[in-house]
Amino acid sequence: MNTIVRSLEKEGLKENIPDFVPGDSLKVHIKLKEGDRERIQVFEGDVIRIRRGDIRTTFTVRKVSYGVAVERILPLHSPLIDKIEVLRKGKVRRAKLYYMRKRMGKKARIKEKSMR
Amino acid sequence: MPIGVIGKKLGMTQVLKENGEAVPVTVIELGPCTVIQKKTKETDQYNALQLGFTDKKEKKTNKPQMGHFKKSGISPKKVLKEIRLEASEIEKYEVGQEIKADIFEEGEHVDVTATTKGRGFAGVMKRHGFHGAPASHGTGDYKRHGGSIGSGSWPSKVFKGMKMPGRMGGKQVTVQNLKIENIRSDQNLLLVKGAVPGAVNGTVIVKKAIKKCA
Repeated sequence: MNTIVRSLEKEGLKENIPDFVPGDSLKVHIKLKEGDRERIQVFEGDVIRIRRGDIRTTFTVRKVSYGVAVERILPLHSPLIDKIEVLRKGKVRRAKLYYMRKRMGKKARIKEKSMR
Repeated sequence: MPIGVIGKKLGMTQVLKENGEAVPVTVIELGPCTVIQKKTKETDQYNALQLGFTDKKEKKTNKPQMGHFKKSGISPKKVLKEIRLEASEIEKYEVGQEIKADIFEEGEHVDVTATTKGRGFAGVMKRHGFHGAPASHGTGDYKRHGGSIGSGSWPSKVFKGMKMPGRMGGKQVTVQNLKIENIRSDQNLLLVKGAVPGAVNGTVIVKKAIKKCA
């Protein structure tokens, strides 16, 4: 990639983002606009993918809500993301956890990483 | 006919807006261009400004070219392009004058002209968007063919301009009405919403959008 384009992609990056990797559980606080009022919605789930590339970085959070799986792809540096909380570090062997989509119930759990 | 500026396509990226929208943008290094020659109806049968973009070494310039640059007293340039203008417009510019990105403004619309990527000898599906033949139900080696190219004893010929396989790309194309997302005149950078024809490092010409000019 061209160095000028690369430097443009480094602009406007957020600095206070916690470290998280696929397998971790997150609470993502997303700003929502309702008319002229702004409120914050919390989306809680597991990270199943991170696509890195400075300002283009996105991550996918998956949760099962009332039996329906919901995945949200969120730009990491989007101004609409108010806050990210890491709830749990997961122990996984892959970078992309697409296999979670086929799992149900007890199998759809991710082991917690033990911190030593 | 609006004035144009020569630039170089640097690649594409995204810009995140305040409302969370991710806008795809093409980054163009735009100018500065130097006016090398003013062509007029009296001397050249048409009116145009010849612009030069990016310096090159004198050693790399051949003698006839060097003579052309010496005539206007300008250091040799890699890219030379002509911009057709009205005679009244040409009078506003002088040989040696620099034209920079600052003639554009953020939020304006521009037309971008460039040479598309060459795709070689391409079939009818890629070149003209034909749908091809069904993938199954007995279709043999005919999946990407174009089908019939005309009727029989009348007209007894294939009409001119029939869409057929052939060379694709490598042609000059203009994309109209691209919105300027950001402009940085100090860095000679232009960020335009959407894609621009041609490969990275290709030469582009950026003009004010002809359909948006009042």
